[in-house]
Amino acid sequence: MREWLRWGWRQLTSMRTALILLFLLALAAIPGSMVPQQRISPIEVMDWKKAHPNLDKVFEPLGMYDVYSSPWFSAIYLLLFVSLIGCILPRIVKYARDLRRPLAKVPARLDRLPAAGVAAVEPSDEALRRAEAWLRRRRYRTRRTDDGISAERGFLREFGNLLFHLSLVGVLVGLAWSSLLGFRGTVVVVEGRGFANAITQYDDFTAGAWVRTDDLEEFSLTVDSFEAAFETGRVQRGAARVFDATLTVRDGRGEHTELVTVNEPYTTAGGSQINLLGHGYAGHFTVKDGNGAVAFQGPQVFLPQDGNFSSVGVVKVPDARPQRLAFEVIFLPTAVLDETGPHSVFPDALDPEVWLNAWAGEPAEETGVPESIYTLNTTGLEPVEGDGGERLRARMKPGSGFTLPDGLGSVQFDGYSRWVKLQISQTPGNPLALASVLIGLVGLTISLFVKPRRLFVRPGTGQVDVGGLDRSDTGIGLEDEVAELVGVIEGKD
Amino acid sequence: MAQYSDLAMVAATVAYIVALVLHAGEWAFARGLGEERDASGAEDAQRVNVDLFGRLATAAILIGWLLNTVGVVLRGVAAGRAPWGNMYEFVTSAIALVVLLYLLVVWRAGARWLGIGVAFVAALMMGLAVTVFYVDVAPLVPALHSVWFIVHIIAAVISAAGFNVAGLASILFLVRDGAERRARRRGGEFRGYVARIPSPRKLELFAHRVTAFAFPVWTFTIVAGSIWAQYAWGRYWNWDPKETWSFITWVVYAAFLHASLTAGWRGRPAAIISILGLLTFWFNFVGVNLLFSGLHSYAGI
Repeated sequence: MREWLRWGWRQLTSMRTALILLFLLALAAIPGSMVPQQRISPIEVMDWKKAHPNLDKVFEPLGMYDVYSSPWFSAIYLLLFVSLIGCILPRIVKYARDLRRPLAKVPARLDRLPAAGVAAVEPSDEALRRAEAWLRRRRYRTRRTDDGISAERGFLREFGNLLFHLSLVGVLVGLAWSSLLGFRGTVVVVEGRGFANAITQYDDFTAGAWVRTDDLEEFSLTVDSFEAAFETGRVQRGAARVFDATLTVRDGRGEHTELVTVNEPYTTAGGSQINLLGHGYAGHFTVKDGNGAVAFQGPQVFLPQDGNFSSVGVVKVPDARPQRLAFEVIFLPTAVLDETGPHSVFPDALDPEVWLNAWAGEPAEETGVPESIYTLNTTGLEPVEGDGGERLRARMKPGSGFTLPDGLGSVQFDGYSRWVKLQISQTPGNPLALASVLIGLVGLTISLFVKPRRLFVRPGTGQVDVGGLDRSDTGIGLEDEVAELVGVIEGKD
Repeated sequence: MAQYSDLAMVAATVAYIVALVLHAGEWAFARGLGEERDASGAEDAQRVNVDLFGRLATAAILIGWLLNTVGVVLRGVAAGRAPWGNMYEFVTSAIALVVLLYLLVVWRAGARWLGIGVAFVAALMMGLAVTVFYVDVAPLVPALHSVWFIVHIIAAVISAAGFNVAGLASILFLVRDGAERRARRRGGEFRGYVARIPSPRKLELFAHRVTAFAFPVWTFTIVAGSIWAQYAWGRYWNWDPKETWSFITWVVYAAFLHASLTAGWRGRPAAIISILGLLTFWFNFVGVNLLFSGLHSYAGI
């Protein structure tokens, strides 16, 4: 049994296994770039499942929609790390021993080394001392014995190599820390509206297992304004040029105004990072019901459907009486009507219009079941008809409105404002991961650029033998250095 | 200014194609030549031709590089920013650096044997750049307004140069190694241009050294990108296709560095891994932009 364990451990920590695991890791990472991933684009995953029902039967149990936290992917990298640690620990012990051990003895035959030379001088103490001084200047460690001089340099290479591999473990710990104690949520906020950091205010929220979600950092913010500008020139027309959100934040530092743009998030006093992730349009409507009372007033968020921000959304007026009302709305910031139907041709609001149709029905009972504010459940609702039994469709510019038939009420399009999608996140493992990565980079650079080398000097009869070998594949100029050392012993500069 | 840049790029492409043809001539003229000069001097005329074509090819590559560099600089001047905002600008800059690295090793180490591969890559990628990837000059989207953008791209382009040169050496390794094996099987010596490129062991060391330089730079590319992502998206790693493929490239090259230090993996297996790494690199550079949508898609054509 112990033999088996030892055999297994040796296999796991062998370079061959490490190489195979590295390949497996590279291979296993590929499907996640081809199949849509749940955590990146849940909507694409749904579309994909619908389009490939047969593959889905295999992919779902395999965890293909969440490759990077699937058991098989985790198994590969965890095995790789076990293999790495198993490989590194003995090397650390050996390195510590090597550092204290005296340098290797001078070999008997120096002419058998990869580079060798002969200094044609009578061996003398002075010549050897010159050689030793020269070697020390070149940062060799030297050891003088009766056999001659042993010299070695490049001990840092192994140090850098070990440092790099250890830092990978540090990165992994940082990642794990962030995923256990970090959280991330997004929220859509219309200009002029606010947000307070409580889990109920988020549109979506994911947190690590150890996060106390009812004890989030206390802060709140108001979106004062959002400025967007788009390319109006010929090239890349419509491409984004400016996104500036002005926020009033109230956190541990008091109340203050912050400018948040795409590459410049704001980090609160308690370490929550606020990123600007997206934007869109919200239409402002006033809906009066059949009794003439205002049943809805204010902005409604619409979701952009294309690069020119043709947006869709729903205005629900459950409190309208005698009949409750609902509107399916298309918002077009720069509206055009052609054979493809109404759509927007530019992302900025140059000529905004809304297109809507109306639904009406008996008042429904308040169930308390949450429902999406972006989609309409038409159960119990009938489409409102216009003249001649056709489906009523209205096209409105800001400030205009119209009266619904059959005394259902009226709707007015008051104007629009913009909304921003903010992401609020904490990733407490970041400093550790970043520090590890930077240390690892230093270690990697050392391990790839320091060239360990051994040089030997052996006094003979009427001559002094010199030889050297590189202890890495990347060493260059060994012959030159041996020749130089020969010159030093011979007394030429 | 922009049209001068375009003109320079097209001219550079032509120069690279000319260099490729000249290098092909160099290889063709070396047909049947042995490793050592024949003492009788009967082949001397042929040897002179080989050398002439090689020199002309290097001159063509140098001219191509000058035009290419002028094109990149003018592009930056025309746009009033660093010229790395889209794939056309990436590719043209990367090729300028690949060729610069090649010219440096030719100058320092006489590595003209790399020329045919470098000319091929340069002609192919520049050809694709000026025909398929081309876009007019335009300002950057806000997502690219960051110092990390500059740092990230410079590092990516430098490692591109290293990986390409190393990959070409690995391809030549396989060519030469294969020729030697065949010659050993037949019992004769092998001739032609292959006999003039360095020994397999030297090619292997060359590939290893260049990769040992490019790998930390590539690591830094990924780190700089992650730091930028933390600012831009509030998450430093998102398994976006571009990130995933840069990770795959990193892992493959890590495997290469281990393999070339491990007995039983040196030589052919290591060379194949190096070429595999180069393929993943190019796939990430070009394929990911064209095939997948992701957070890096603004870099698109």
